Order: sequence, then C-alpha cells, then structure tokens
Amino acid sequence: MSDGPSADFFPAARRTALHGWGRTAPTVADVVTPMTREQVVGALRRRSERGVIARGLGRSYGDPAQNGGGLVLDMTALNRVLDADLEQGIVTAEAGVSLDRLIELFVPFGFFVPVTPGTRQVTVGGAIGADVHGKNHHADGSFCDHVLSMDLLLADGTVRTVTPEDDPELFWATAGGMGLTGIVLSAVIRMTPIETSLVSVDTDRTKDLDEIMALMAETDEKYRYTVAWLDCLAKGRNLGRSVLTCGEFARLDDLPARKRAKPLRFKSGSLVTVPDVIPGRLPNKFTMGLFNEMWYRKAPQHKVGQLQSISAFFHPLDAIQEWNRAYGKTGFLQYQFVMPFEREEALRKAVEKISAAGAPSSLTVLKRFGPGNRGYLSFPKPGWTLTLDFPTNTPGLARLLHELDELVLSNDGRLYLAKDSRMDPADMGRMYPRLEEFRTLRAKVDPDGVFVSDQARRLGLA
Amino acid sequence: MKDALGAPQSLLILGGTSEIALHTARKMVDERVRRVVLAGRPSEALDRAAEGLRRQGANVEVVAFDAAEPETHEKTIDGVFADGDIDVVLLAFGVLGDQESDEQDPVAAAKVAQVNYVGGVSAGLATVKALRRQGHGSLAVISSVAAERARKANFIYGSSKAGLDAFAQGLADKVHGTGVHVMVVRPGFVKTKMTEGMPDGPMATTPDVVADGIVKGLRKGSTTVWVPGQLRYVFSVLRHVPRPIFRKLPI
Ligand SMILES: Cc1cc2nc3c(=O)[nH]c(=O)nc-3n(C[C@H](O)[C@H](O)[C@H](O)COP(=O)(O)OP(=O)(O)OC[C@H]3O[C@@H](n4cnc5c(N)ncnc54)[C@H](O)[C@@H]3O)c2cc1C
Repeated sequence: MSDGPSADFFPAARRTALHGWGRTAPTVADVVTPMTREQVVGALRRRSERGVIARGLGRSYGDPAQNGGGLVLDMTALNRVLDADLEQGIVTAEAGVSLDRLIELFVPFGFFVPVTPGTRQVTVGGAIGADVHGKNHHADGSFCDHVLSMDLLLADGTVRTVTPEDDPELFWATAGGMGLTGIVLSAVIRMTPIETSLVSVDTDRTKDLDEIMALMAETDEKYRYTVAWLDCLAKGRNLGRSVLTCGEFARLDDLPARKRAKPLRFKSGSLVTVPDVIPGRLPNKFTMGLFNEMWYRKAPQHKVGQLQSISAFFHPLDAIQEWNRAYGKTGFLQYQFVMPFEREEALRKAVEKISAAGAPSSLTVLKRFGPGNRGYLSFPKPGWTLTLDFPTNTPGLARLLHELDELVLSNDGRLYLAKDSRMDPADMGRMYPRLEEFRTLRAKVDPDGVFVSDQARRLGLA
Repeated sequence: MKDALGAPQSLLILGGTSEIALHTARKMVDERVRRVVLAGRPSEALDRAAEGLRRQGANVEVVAFDAAEPETHEKTIDGVFADGDIDVVLLAFGVLGDQESDEQDPVAAAKVAQVNYVGGVSAGLATVKALRRQGHGSLAVISSVAAERARKANFIYGSSKAGLDAFAQGLADKVHGTGVHVMVVRPGFVKTKMTEGMPDGPMATTPDVVADGIVKGLRKGSTTVWVPGQLRYVFSVLRHVPRPIFRKLPI
C-alpha cells in the first residue's frame, strides 16, 4: 500500500487552451495533472508524437510551458516537501512546490529561498527550468547555483539523480534548459539563513539615468539585494529617472524591541483579484505616464534602514492576483535583455528609444548581474538587465522591439527565454553561443525529441 | 508558431500561384514567416513564385497539388505538416470560368464547381484535421463577395463560392475552441490575371489591398474579412433587395 493515490488510478487528460502569463498566442494541448512520481512516469509513456512539456505555475510570459497538440504535465500537484535539514538549511522539495510555499514554511525556521524572482508564485521546477534570478544576482548568482541535486525523469522513462559534480553536463543543460532535457521531479536546495523576516531597505530617488547607473555601480558590494524602478516614459533631462531600493535581511539587533519577540513572523496571502472583464486599453501612454509620475514622486528622496516585509520588498505584485488580466484580451509581453558592462551607451540608447516611442511599460526594472554560471542557456551574464512590460496593442511595438533586438545583438547582449514571446529565431544562436552544445547534449539524452514546447518549436531550440 | 504579436512563422498556400496569396505571402515574409510551402499544379509560374519568395529570404518548398483531385488532398497536406508545424494555411485556389460559354457547356460549368467548392471541401477538411492535431493555426479561405447573392452575370462561379463560403463558416464554428481559427475572406472585384480584360466592377480592389486585409484579419482572429470593408454594408443592403428589382440591377 502506498499513501498516495493508487497506481491504477490515472488522472484524465483535459484538452485545454494554454497561454503564458502575458496571455498571448494560446495553443490547445492535453493537460494531465499527475499526483505522484509514478503518475508522471505513466503520463510520459502515454504521450503522442507531439511530445511532452512540464508546466509549473505558468508564470513565464510566453510559450515555454505550452505544447500545442501534445501533452502538458501540470506539475503543481507534486507539491510536497520531502525532507528538510533545519541545521544546514537543506530542503528537498518536489518540483511543483512553489517558492511561496517554501518561504511560508521555512522563514519561521530562519531560512529564505536563495533566489526569488519578482513573484513567488513560481515552482521549483519552473525556477530550475528558467534558472531564475532575483535582486541578489550580483551577490548570489541564479537559482541553480543553489541546487545541490535534482531527480530528473528522462525521455526513456528512467529517473536519474543529477548533481553538478557527477553529471555536470546534464545538470547545466537542465539549468535554464526550459524543460527540454527532462522533467524535474524533485530538487535539493540550499536555503539562505536569515535572522529576521524583515528587510532593511535603503531608498534613493535619482534624477536621471547617469545618476542611477553610477549609484548602482557602487552598491554591488554593499548590499545583497538591489533593484531600480525606472520611469521609461520620462524624457529629456528626466530620462531614466529612477527609484533605487537596496536591502539586506535585518539582523535581530536591527529590530525595534517590540518586534524582537517574534523576529521570524511571516504572513503570506494575497489580497485582491483583478476581474476578467477589462476591455484591453487600460495601461496606455497616458495612464502609465500618470502612474509613473506618481510612483516616482511617492518614493522618498533618500531614506535608510526602513524595515519592510518580504512581500513588500520582494513581491509587491503578488498583492494583486491575476494582475495580468488588467491588460485585457490582447495581452502583453515582457521584454528583458542584458547588456554587458562597458556597453552603457547602448543601454542609454535603448532607454532613449523606449522613451521616444512613448511605449507605456508599467514595470520597468533595472538590475545588475554578476558572473553567469555554466548553464548552457542560462540567461544572466555580467551586465545591466532591463525589464519592460508592454501591452501588445501598443502602436509601433513590433518595430520598436525589432530595433531594440538589433541594439542588444550588436552589443553582445541577449534576451531572456522565460520572458521571450517574439524574438527572431535567427538571433537565438547569436545571443546564446552555447546553443549548439545544448542541442548536442539534448540529442544524446532525448534523441526522439520527446520534450518539446511551443517555444522550442518557435525558436528551433531543440 | 505565432508570436505574441500574432505574427506567424510558417505558411502553406493551396493554390500557390494565386496573386492574392502571393501578395499575402510577401507581406508575411517581410515580418516573421520563414517557411513557405507553395502547393499547386507544377508549372513555371509556380517555380517563379517560389523563386521570388526565396529571394526575399524565405525557405520555400513547392508541392504538387491539384484542387480538382480531392482524393489526393489529405495525403499531400499531411505530408506538408509532417515536415513541421504550419501556422497559417491560405486556401486560395479557384477558377472563374466563363459564364456565357459555361452556361452552354454543363461539363465545363461543373468543373468550376468541382475546383472551387468540391476541392475546397476536401482541402479545407484535410487542413483542419492537421491543424487540430497540432493544436493551433489558422485557415483563411478566400471566398468572394459573389458568394453573398447569386447574380445572373456570374451565378456559376458565385454559387460555387457560396458553397465554399457556407462550408467555411460552418467549419469555423465547428473548430471553435480547438485552437484552430478559420477565417472567410470576401474580396470584391480584384484586378488580377483572372479578371484581366474585364471591366472593373464597382469598388474594384487590388491583390495588395486584399492581402493587407488577410494579414490584419489573421492577426485579430477575425471570422470574416471584407475587402474593401465597405462591401460588407453594400452587400447587407443588396442581400435584401427584392428579387424582381435585383434581377434588373446592372451588376
Ligand atoms: C510578476 C513576475 C515577475 C517575474 N520576475 C522575475 C525575475 O525577477 N527573475 C526571473 O528570473 N524571472 C522572473 N519571472 C519569470 C518567472 O520566474 C519564470 O518564468 C519561472 O520559470 C516561472 O516558473 P513557473 O513555475 O511558473 O514555470 P512555467 O512558466 O510554468 O514554466 C517555465 C519553464 O520551466 C519548465 N518547467 C516547469 N516545471 C518543470 C519541471 N518540473 N521540470 C522541468 N522543467 C520544468 C517549463 O517547461 C518551462 O519551460 C517573473 C514572472 C512574473 C509573472
């Protein structure tokens, strides 16, 4: 007897239209939600010739967790924490466990996830698939730098425990490999010790791009977590004006006396859900212009040591569920690129282009990356990374993004696959010089191309 | 795969020498389409068309396809899909016939119906089967305003398009929710080889304008596209003109 659902019970496939967080380019696939490892293996056997892809919480903006006409394994029911070493902060979690859950469970014990993206509604599998980064990339690298081992289901139906020491090639092909090497069943993660659940935050408002870049270049060594919000609609003198926030987890001593009793208190939970009836023009040049103005003015000129909750500092967007609906039916896309250091001129040009086009990005975020890791398709490399959100019905968007692509390419930059939903496949190999190596390795572990996604087809990744 | 802005990457044209389809192909290759398959009766014109698109930077394949042979359609179309996903299929073949002489030659008249309607039914169904298997994609069926109401001046052609048009509408409803999108395109009088030497109809248009309408309609996921757009209103009036009057109209 096993404690889970019995082996002969098998979850039925539902034919479902799927899209990414940006709600563009849906395709229809058979979706199965396995409850156990055995069921994942069983589902893999039942695939059609259109192949299989794993899906986490669907927080990628485009189509990497879709597989039109094929099988999509919704991994979110594999959501158990299998083991935890609370001395060392080593956690073994199934792939469908969300970072939200890990934070909720382990912050009270004094551990935080090593890396978190701007939302904690992502799964461990999705965090590995995209090798996600956070505000601490310059200090700690990306998610897979903290993965000690993972159990990977391979195309031939076998499960292999993969570590960076024993199986570096497969490990680093899977890190950022967008689900194309196999299905992560579980992973062992090294968590980050914390003394309190509050972040001590320093905020600075800068008047333009030069100022923010100079300021950020100084902060790398001083802070673990750094991010700048940029007003991409500001023009002229104000071009690139920003609000910089830098943080560290507060030490016990930093807390006021009344908070010291329960320094690791943590409450998750989201507040409001956006209704699904928005006509499609809410974020536009004018509303976003107003919003940006307000956001910029609201930020303090200079403030140090402000204590903020994990949610407020790391995941402000999570307070509103399904906020992607605010973009209406036509959806939106995120454009994130990295531009190497010493290419500041190109970054400035990009910001100028966006501002001149009046393209209304609601979330414009500037960060600095430290050294990249050995992930074949992992995104981060040393440089500046700028992230923008655009409604797809923004006039002239295709041309603007095409021009930005050119700028990124000609400056040794690259686009992030977890955000991409439109790049030219011809650019892929130029941006990711290890693409061929990735393909070779993948051909070895998955010769029949069992693992495939809409994104893999669109960009010819496999 | 289509991208987030609705731009497709691959295109199959059934009726590969159709001027409307080739104008559409050119516009799409200018954007993101890289793979184009031209299906048609082998001819120099077909090869020339392929060459033109290749020069524009597309990977073009030429496939033998005869609209008048429905028994071959499924195999041919499946073969194209077996080599990779197709995002957009244009069903663009069709013959105009010669109304005056076809009225005297029932076999010739039946040929028009055979190509335009019967061929459309089998090619349309085979296409939709393949699109459903891949869980995404669009089929644009080039109908005609002539399908809206049979006119005595060209009712043989018109009725064949009417059949095709009704078929495509039903097909569109049938596949709703399967990831497949079917769109009916109703151009007015288009100045092409097919209509060379004929006097321009009212609101005559060009293949280029029709192609624009197709590209936009596909992007928006429209079910019906009229080119020029005003024809929608002209025909909604014409449709209701009483027969005795309609009969006398000089159209
Ligand atoms: C508001 C918001 C802010 C964000 N901020 C950031 C950020 O700051 N930094 C950053 O890096 N990213 C960021 N992202 C992107 C997000 O972190 C990634 O897209 C992440 O991969 C989403 O995880 P998911 O569980 O939703 O995976 P999905 O989107 O469902 O899948 C992503 C990829 O992972 C693969 N995958 C999922 N599960 C498995 C598995 N079990 N085995 C193998 N492969 C699997 C999928 O096949 C797919 O290719 C943000 C997204 C949102 C919506």
